[in-house]
Amino acid sequence: MEPIKTHNGLVYPLPKRNVDTDQIIPKQFLKRIERAGFGQFLFYNWRFDENDKPRGDFSLNQPKYEGASVLISGDNFGCGSSREHAPWALLDYGFKVIIAPSFADIFYNNTTKNGILSIKLSEEQVDYLLNQAEKNSYTLTIDLENQKVYDKLGFEAAFDIPAYNKHMLLNGLDEIGITLSYADRITQFEQTH
Amino acid sequence: MKQPKTIIEKIWEKHTVVQEADKPDLLYIDLHLVHEVTSPQAFEGLRLAGRKVRQPERTYATVDHNVPTIHRPIIRDKVARKQMETLRSNCADFGIRLADIDHPDQGIVHVIGPQLGLTQPGKTIVCGDSHTSTHGAFGALAFGIGTSEVEHVLATQTLWQNKPKTLNVHIEGALGTGVTAKDLILAIIGKFGVKFGTGYVLEYTGEAIRDLSMEERMTLCNMSIEAGARAGLISPDETTFEYLRGRRYAPEGSDFEAAVSEWKNLATDDGAVYDHTVYLDASEIEPQVTWGTNPGMCLPISASVPDPALIEDKDERASVEQALAYMGLEANQQLTSIEIQHVFIGSCTNSRITDLRKAASVIQGRKVHPSVRAMVVPGSFTVKMQAEQEGLDQIFQDAGFEWRDAGCSMCLAMNEDVVPAGERCASTSNRNFEGRQGTGARTHLASPEMAAAAAIEGRFVDIRQAVAPTV
Repeated sequence: MEPIKTHNGLVYPLPKRNVDTDQIIPKQFLKRIERAGFGQFLFYNWRFDENDKPRGDFSLNQPKYEGASVLISGDNFGCGSSREHAPWALLDYGFKVIIAPSFADIFYNNTTKNGILSIKLSEEQVDYLLNQAEKNSYTLTIDLENQKVYDKLGFEAAFDIPAYNKHMLLNGLDEIGITLSYADRITQFEQTH
Repeated sequence: MKQPKTIIEKIWEKHTVVQEADKPDLLYIDLHLVHEVTSPQAFEGLRLAGRKVRQPERTYATVDHNVPTIHRPIIRDKVARKQMETLRSNCADFGIRLADIDHPDQGIVHVIGPQLGLTQPGKTIVCGDSHTSTHGAFGALAFGIGTSEVEHVLATQTLWQNKPKTLNVHIEGALGTGVTAKDLILAIIGKFGVKFGTGYVLEYTGEAIRDLSMEERMTLCNMSIEAGARAGLISPDETTFEYLRGRRYAPEGSDFEAAVSEWKNLATDDGAVYDHTVYLDASEIEPQVTWGTNPGMCLPISASVPDPALIEDKDERASVEQALAYMGLEANQQLTSIEIQHVFIGSCTNSRITDLRKAASVIQGRKVHPSVRAMVVPGSFTVKMQAEQEGLDQIFQDAGFEWRDAGCSMCLAMNEDVVPAGERCASTSNRNFEGRQGTGARTHLASPEMAAAAAIEGRFVDIRQAVAPTV
């Protein structure tokens, strides 16, 4: 997985609460056995109509959000199904950072495992970012090392992240490799339980 | 005196392999359930890194999400077939037991785990499926994981996990006639919201919980994830032990008695402290139906669809407006006026033998409404066989229900069991998200009894007035 240290990117605002993983990647695309290529199906039922034509009224289809890599959305983002196809689709489409007031637990873990940085900010901060990104072509800088998000207009917000997640993301580490360095401890546990 | 502990803390402590500063704990996983949809990329990852499955005997696989429920074992969908063939070859290559499409143990992973006795109190159980919380009914710590974590468990039999906060969902009183475990969990989510459990493991306690059968407890714990909680559990008791006695993978003879005395010690101690507690009185709960696009958007059957104009919070108002537009409902419309075209009785929430008995008792001697297509999808092949021995299949088919083979089916509509766009389904499943049962499909969640009654009437009715259940 790609390390992420700082990121500067165009913001796409999705002002909805409770965006579930069925919306992020609908089930008809879960039959594939590959990890790659899910970006084309991201938000499929919102982006495309029943004839698979792009819906003009869905904001992600607007040219001004082309190339967006920072997604801002509402409370409880990524709720529902545990499908990791959701972060695969977001990453493959180009999103590296997601900002919301809160995330569902499984989705949050799944993003971290794929090198996507999920950041919790307050409702007020998220409202400001949504508002900016709806009005203008708006870019944000995310500095993971120093745990802050800022724009060119003077907005700056600090965010919390568990030290372990930060370490994994900054270094793009293979977690299984790390765990296998504890193989003796696991064996010992198995022998005594 | 020892510090009183919750069952959650006890299971956690017994499974902690590594505990170091600035890290989550490394938690040992006792049982890993695998299915065709969230595992192929994990096995591929193992292959690419030249890794093995550490504990194949702690791993058990089946096909459920994607399997057809008719014309078995023919799989017409080529992409789906490839996914199931991939699981078959992965299980063969890595030495994992598989209840394949033609195997007598095949079924929904959260139905067969308990049925086989694989699910036991005190175990840590994971699966690449969010409804793994179901197994918490036995006093196991069971939660859904993503595919990267599936790969991690396959390779190491462990997961790095932050110790969860604990939340006591305390339910006093008794459920009324016609009010089920499904109504209870919908009422809990309706009252406390779809994210009150985020960051927590739920423990359900109180008189109403003790009175539930094992299958009802599974329905309850199953939908913990719809409240945001990855896991929800119930301290084991005599009901749990009696259910497990004699099951294939449960301990036998004196080992069983030894296990029971150990399991009894797992129950939360008197005086244990939770991070948070919520309360609800079971006697106040009515049969529930969802009207919107998440499980928290539910109301008692006697109520009317909410009026967005009366909602002050602008974000909340927008959510309700969007949900009503998607669902094709009018503000203030009586829930009993909602006409349905489909009925689905099935899913890991409500497809067990007692669910089918209760639904059958409602429809016995009646006919499905002419404008309704109704189907029953038993949770496992074993449930199907048992229902057929009891003659339930005949009751359903005489009434006009389709009687299918086991799988997830129309709960997530990955196979051919799909609700067409714009049509409405009374469903015993767990999610009423947009497009869940088919692009543009409109889902109303309800209990098996309520869904069965809706099949007869062609619209929602209050089960307490419509029919007197005989079982």
